This record gives sequence, C-alpha cells and structure tokens, in this order.
Amino acid sequence: MNLKLKALKKSLWVYHLSAGSCNNCDIEILDLLTPRFDVERFGIILAASPRHADVLLCTGIVNKKCVERIKEVYEQTPKPCVVVAIGACACSGGIFRDGYQMAGPLNKIIPVDVYIPGCPPKPESIIAGIVKFLRELK
Amino acid sequence: MNAIYNFVYFILSFLVLSIIGLFVSWIDRKITARIQWRVGPPWYQNFADIIKLSGKEILIPENGNKFIFLFSPILGLISATICGTIIFLVLKKNFGFGGDLILFVYLLIIPSLSIILGGSSSGNVLASVGISRELKLLLSYELPFICGIIIPAIKSGSTTSLIEIIKYQEINGSNILSFSGILGFIIILISSVGKLGVVPFDLAEAETEIAGGSLIEYSGILLGFYKLTKAILFVVVPIFVVILYLGGSEVNSFGGFLIFLIKYLIVVILITLIRNTNPRLRIDQTLRFFWGWLTLIGILGILLTLSGV
Ligand code: SF4
Repeated sequence: MNLKLKALKKSLWVYHLSAGSCNNCDIEILDLLTPRFDVERFGIILAASPRHADVLLCTGIVNKKCVERIKEVYEQTPKPCVVVAIGACACSGGIFRDGYQMAGPLNKIIPVDVYIPGCPPKPESIIAGIVKFLRELK
Repeated sequence: MNAIYNFVYFILSFLVLSIIGLFVSWIDRKITARIQWRVGPPWYQNFADIIKLSGKEILIPENGNKFIFLFSPILGLISATICGTIIFLVLKKNFGFGGDLILFVYLLIIPSLSIILGGSSSGNVLASVGISRELKLLLSYELPFICGIIIPAIKSGSTTSLIEIIKYQEINGSNILSFSGILGFIIILISSVGKLGVVPFDLAEAETEIAGGSLIEYSGILLGFYKLTKAILFVVVPIFVVILYLGGSEVNSFGGFLIFLIKYLIVVILITLIRNTNPRLRIDQTLRFFWGWLTLIGILGILLTLSGV
C-alpha cells in the first residue's frame, strides 16, 4: 500500500451535499461533528468547498432539480474521491421511491462507494460504515 | 560555491520549518480539542493532510488567470520560508544588518498578499468577497502590529536591527518587564492572531459564510502550499514576538535553547487560547477594534516608552 493512500485514509475532508432530503439525515451528519462523536480523531473534518473535499456525503432522494448540480459538484471534486450515500433515500429511494420528483437513487447519477442505510442512520452507524470502508480500501 | 551553500541552507530551513510548523499546528488543534472536551487528532494529522493533498488532482478554474493562480501559493511559501531562514540566522547571531526589522515587516506581508493574488486570480465570487476582507484585515492589523514593533525598537536603544534587540535584552533583561512592555506585548500578541488569520479574525476564510473565501478554488498540492505557509507562519510569527519581547537568554547553549522553546510554546498557547475563547468578528468590528482601542493603547505605549516607563 502506498503512502498517499495511507494519508488519504487518515485525513478525509468531508463535503456535505444535500440532494432533496427531508433534513433528518443532515441533522444526523451535523451530530457527527459535535464533541460527543468527535470525528476529528479519525482526521475527518468538514470542508467548506468541494474543491477541498475527499468525501461527498450525499443525503436524500435525488430530485429532478438536483441532478445537474450533483453532477457539477462531483466533477468539481478533485479525484480520488469517495461518494457516500447516507440514508434510505440516497441508497434506494426509501419512502419517496414512488414520488413524482424522484430522479433516481444516487447511484443512477454518480458512482457511489459506500451505502449507509437507515432512516435516518444513527451517527454511530455512519461512523461504523465509514470505518469499515476504510478497512476495505486498498 | 556560496550560492549552492545558500540554496542548501534555504532548503534545509524549509524542511525544518515545515516539520516544526506542522507539529505546532497539531498542538494547536489538540489543545482546541481538549478545550471542547474532545479527544482530538493524532500527532501525525497535519503531515497526513499535506501528503494526501499532494496526491490529489489540481483543478484550475476556467475563467481564472492560470499563471497567477499557480504562482501565488509558491510565492507565499517562499516568502514565509525566507522569513524563517532569516530568523534562524538571527538567532544564531551570524547574520543581520541595520534595518532587518523593517525588512521583516515587509516579508511578513507577502503571504497575505499571495492569498489575495491567488483569490483574485481564481475568478470566483466568494473568493472576491474573501480577498476584500483579507485586504481590510491586512490594513487593520498592520497598524497596531507596527506600534508593537516600535516599542521594543525604542526600548533597545532606538535600533532597527534584530540582533541589537537580542543583545540589548541579554544585558538589560526582557523588554516585557516594564509597564509599556506589557502593553506592547498585548498589542503584538493580538495583532499576530490577526496575522495568522485564526479564529477571531478568520473572516477572510470564514467557512460557514463564504465557503473557504479566497482559497475556495484551490485543490491538491496548491492548497497544501497554503496550509504549509500557514504552518510556517505559526513558527515565524511567535518566534518574532519572543525575540522582540521575551528575549534575554543565550540561544546557542542547551539550557538557553530549552528556555527559548518554553517561551515560544507559551506564545503559541496564548494564541490558541485567544482563538478558542472568542467568536469570529465582522469586518467592521475588526477594523474598529484594531484601529480604535489597540492603536490607542499602542500610541500610549510608545509615549510611555519615550518617557522611560
Ligand atoms: S432517509 Fe429518512 S431521514 Fe434520511 S432523508 Fe430520507 S426520509 Fe429523511
């Protein structure tokens, strides 16, 4: 395993992208950054701009207005980057899967690396999902 | 031969400065975490950040100026390293000339200017908000910063040479040990927080309002260069404050070096505490604060110094 990948695993900067969620998943993500869960001990911090980010945390069904924007943000993120789908909505559509605004679960639009289901997933399970992914990453 | 020697010295001091700087930035982050009742990042965190950034893609904005966009991070890094090299040589007392204090003030401005250049060449709206704030910030902290430099310069027998200031303090005790010295130390400490651009005065990068401000378009190793510049300034500016106000011991011996290290860490911790106990100010509040109270105290300090208190 090379040094740069090792460094990437130790310092993930996260960009939070909401694609039409009901806002509950976003609140859980914000919980992650509070002192109680303290993801900075894994080197994870919130980045302000997608140009600084290594991870896109996407929540929500992708509604029709969001499609272009999501593609844009994905292109603006410097590669290598990781896309995480958070919540049942982003993984499969969840309770909104038959909605008129539904433009696909996230993996129809951009390639997704990690799925974290739950409605909303607990902060603990988000951490667990990302840590499991990091262990698999080679 | 001499040129090669100087170049090697420059590269060496760059490496030493970045290692110390990244480590000290970790201390800063760790203290911040402990204050907020968190565990905080491991010691290699900042090194991992820089190595990771070096492996990322560099994106250049379409409607920006490509040359200036690529050039300005390097400019900032080089000028910060020159500051550090000079300060190392001054501490070893084999370099210095009358007026290097003034040269130093100019060199310390260049990293801010490089951020302004880079932000303005990236052609982003939020970046232009960021650079306008950075310019105003530069204008506002520079005045009290210079007041804080004039006070020890007068105290050490009206000199503009850093070595003279160090020598004066070795004979007569630190500059801080008087009323005007304390005033000057407070002023220069607060304005160096502005110079480092950390929290109460980080409005140029305000992540929650303007998404990284002037650095918004930077990615990959170019962003890493800016982070390194910040880290190196975290070494240079506190050492500068120590030289001006807390001098008074021989650095070349081992014991003296330890005492110097402790003084340096005290300044770093003071800056960290200021940063953790204050919310971000608006730009008009910043300007009023620096040009109002702080400059008034600075002028008072200069008058007191002139009258020998
Ligand atoms: S998964 Fe549940 S909580 Fe999350 S956005 Fe969808 S409906 Fe809301």
